Amino acid sequence: MRALTHLQRLEAESIDIMREAVAESERPVMLYSIGKDSSVMLHLAAKAFYPSKPPFPLLHVDTTWKFREMYEFRDLRVRQLGMELIVHVNPEALRLGVNPFTHGSAVHTDIWKTQGLKQALDKHGFDLAFGGARRDEEKSRAKERIFSFRSAQHRWDPKMQRPELWRLYNARKNKGESIRVFPLSNWTELDIWEYIYVERIPIVPLYLAQPRPVVQRDGALIMVDDQRMPLNAGETPVLKSVRFRTLGCYPLTGAVESEAATLAAIIEEMLLATTSERQGRVIDFDSSGSMEKKKLEGYF
Amino acid sequence: MSHLADPAAAALEQYLKAHESRTLLRFLTCGSVDDGKSTLIGRLLYESKMLYEDQLAALKADSKRLGAADGELDFALLLDGLAAEREQGITIDVAYRYFSTDKRKFIVADTPGHEQYTRNMVTGASTADAAVILVDARRGILTQTRRHSYLVALIGIRRVVVAINKLDLVGYSKAVFDHIEESYRTFAESIGLRDIVCIPMSAKMGDNVTTPSANTPWYRGPTLMAYLETVEIESGADQGPLRLPVQWVNRPNLDFRGFSGRIVGGDVKVGDRVRVLPSGKESTVARIVTQDGDLDRAITGQSVTVTLRDEIDISRGDLLCRADSPASVADQFESTLVWMSEQEMLPGRPYLLKIGAKTVGVSLVTPKYKINVNSLERLAAKTLHLNEIGICNLNLDQPIAFDPYQGNRDTGGFILIDRFSNETIGAGLLHFALRRSQNVHWQAIEINKQAHALLMGHKPCVLWFTGLSGAGKSTIANLVEKRLHALGRHTYLLDGDNVRHGLNKDLGFTEADRVENIRRVAEVARLMADAGLIVLVSFISPFRAERRMARGLLQPGEFCEVFVDTPIAVAEERDPKGLYKKARRGELQNFTGIDSPYEPPEQPEVKVDTTVCSAEDAAEIIVAHLRATGVFDPL
Repeated sequence: MRALTHLQRLEAESIDIMREAVAESERPVMLYSIGKDSSVMLHLAAKAFYPSKPPFPLLHVDTTWKFREMYEFRDLRVRQLGMELIVHVNPEALRLGVNPFTHGSAVHTDIWKTQGLKQALDKHGFDLAFGGARRDEEKSRAKERIFSFRSAQHRWDPKMQRPELWRLYNARKNKGESIRVFPLSNWTELDIWEYIYVERIPIVPLYLAQPRPVVQRDGALIMVDDQRMPLNAGETPVLKSVRFRTLGCYPLTGAVESEAATLAAIIEEMLLATTSERQGRVIDFDSSGSMEKKKLEGYF
Repeated sequence: MSHLADPAAAALEQYLKAHESRTLLRFLTCGSVDDGKSTLIGRLLYESKMLYEDQLAALKADSKRLGAADGELDFALLLDGLAAEREQGITIDVAYRYFSTDKRKFIVADTPGHEQYTRNMVTGASTADAAVILVDARRGILTQTRRHSYLVALIGIRRVVVAINKLDLVGYSKAVFDHIEESYRTFAESIGLRDIVCIPMSAKMGDNVTTPSANTPWYRGPTLMAYLETVEIESGADQGPLRLPVQWVNRPNLDFRGFSGRIVGGDVKVGDRVRVLPSGKESTVARIVTQDGDLDRAITGQSVTVTLRDEIDISRGDLLCRADSPASVADQFESTLVWMSEQEMLPGRPYLLKIGAKTVGVSLVTPKYKINVNSLERLAAKTLHLNEIGICNLNLDQPIAFDPYQGNRDTGGFILIDRFSNETIGAGLLHFALRRSQNVHWQAIEINKQAHALLMGHKPCVLWFTGLSGAGKSTIANLVEKRLHALGRHTYLLDGDNVRHGLNKDLGFTEADRVENIRRVAEVARLMADAGLIVLVSFISPFRAERRMARGLLQPGEFCEVFVDTPIAVAEERDPKGLYKKARRGELQNFTGIDSPYEPPEQPEVKVDTTVCSAEDAAEIIVAHLRATGVFDPL
């Protein structure tokens, strides 16, 4: 009997996790961030429940600062899949006009994403939320459970996590508490790209290289995606062939110079890559162990 | 990576094709802080080129800052995780690491050594295909090596690499290596580990990790990486006939009813006859449905949706099996339990058990014994504490389908969940169904006296009130029961007169009848004590022998003789039922104290003299006695 390939085994595990989570929760939701991991997760959800539609809505916790192409892609995909999409915009952040330029990346991320996510989960009463995080992304994620238990205040207590044995996930919780489920826990960045390639999964074109207007700022290449971005003295946007390894708020997402305009070319570049993926995310550099602090406070 | 394909598109395509067909191996590393485990994993990541420049730069900086020799990399620093544990200097969990080579993708479960070791190692081992056990060549086989090996064997990992590490520190001595290998093999045989490869290694220097070492010309076996790249991954064939736990019933519309789940044993083909457990109904596989088109066949590890030819009732938690080799169904088992909670195991308490997609109620019987994981000795145990392993019987509140764990990890492994905290408090392996649960009758169950008493929250006990008629037994017993009731204790009062109206209405007052009267009441009291009650028996019970008989029916400490001591003159003076007058008039025969003897207790547990204390005081004394002797203490 031939063993399953690594992608088949990962796929089967993710589907198993999603079905189990749906069966054990009352009101599940899938966090949809429009990025490549979300795209893979959504693709797996379609497979897991076929011929039914995935029995949960998608939730996009929007910051209003995503790349324009991300919004276009999101609306197109949702139309194609016929799934319900809930877009939550933190009204407080909107009122205060929170942005990464005047408030800094830490405040921006906390108010729009961390607080916004909690608001959305509470507002709709979701008791289980799928997230696309992978354990290889960052050190503190290496020990994250697949089913990650959160208190009624959405806090993550690394000492109270439940041991996960075999394929047995304990999804029981009391009223008000919730579970975050990470079906892609065991995938690496390379697995994601290979799977996108093999399965022909649609992704935001920003992942592919093309000439884009960028400025060099704090060691990162930031794309000038709209008029809201204030340019410092001496900064002039330059057209460069760039692509993005991760997608988030455009002022906080560093581009890499690249000529890789096809999936195959991206994978080839991946194999040569010498910097880790999260380096493109400005938020990780706030302080040492910053991802972990965000997690304790309820960031995904 | 060293193998980068030609950048030409066709070559890349070919490379990706090759890459796609890589398999996935999950393995576990076991070793304590000093064995060099973190260094080994760090080196595997480093040598498989999984470190990026920024990670490498951080590693170099950290190595230097924390005092590594100039220019040397302390690979162990790569494996640091949570800030909390960095501050405490301990690792609190299982961490998963990823790396890949041309041939395989690897997931490493890294379980660090400290007091939570058993829990974490069992967790990491439960999903592993193979294990790497590190041994420090200078120290040889240690207690911890035996412990790691025992846990690996317990969880059913068959393929084991013994990395005999730090060989550079013993001059790459073949003699040292041979000696350790020989003693390890002898030990491994005794715990049932057979598929073993011993590799002479220095993780720090890189000997035999990914490239054969020039320092060990006498070693002809594989490097660690070569072993990991080629060791056979347990396939469906190893897990027997078809097992498909139904996770979710897929009903998009009235015309489609599919059963979704992951195959955990064997394979399934269209047209296969399947049996649904525990119901036992059978049908035939009609379709194996996936979004990418129907399959003819699916194998272990795949997540599928099947439809059946017949409309039979199937719900989440059921197990689809190959009809001619189904799993067993039972509700009582012998199991090995690994306790994972700070809260100790409470025999008799209702917990939840999750196996496959099924969650049922369970109560645990007091362990038969626990196992000292260091010496493998069997020890007597009344409970299990965190990180203890014991052999226990389980009673489920409904039958489940299962295979012995040895035959199938997924249909024989379970977790235990606390009903209130929802914490995962333990994990276990089913060994076999208890024979009695497969018989029709139910009476021999193991919900014993202790189990009942646990629910009650107190120990069972029989308060046996003896004394003359009119001594005040019933009055005092009533007051005691009221007090116990107010305290939330579960009681029942067997009163002599009342019992004679029903159960014993066929008995008179002859000596034989009196003995039979007492025998029956004693037996009823014993049953009630078995049910966990505090039983109050208010009977004259004049004869020592019967009281001794009653005492003998109960466990030591459960029988409490209360002598309600009232002189006959006082009792006759009270005569609440007018019986003494009747007896004096000769209208009652065999009346105790008049024409039948009363044998006062020689050593009653409690004696109350009603001439000096009130009935209320007497009741208080008795309740105080129960408290003092621990009847109210939880078991």
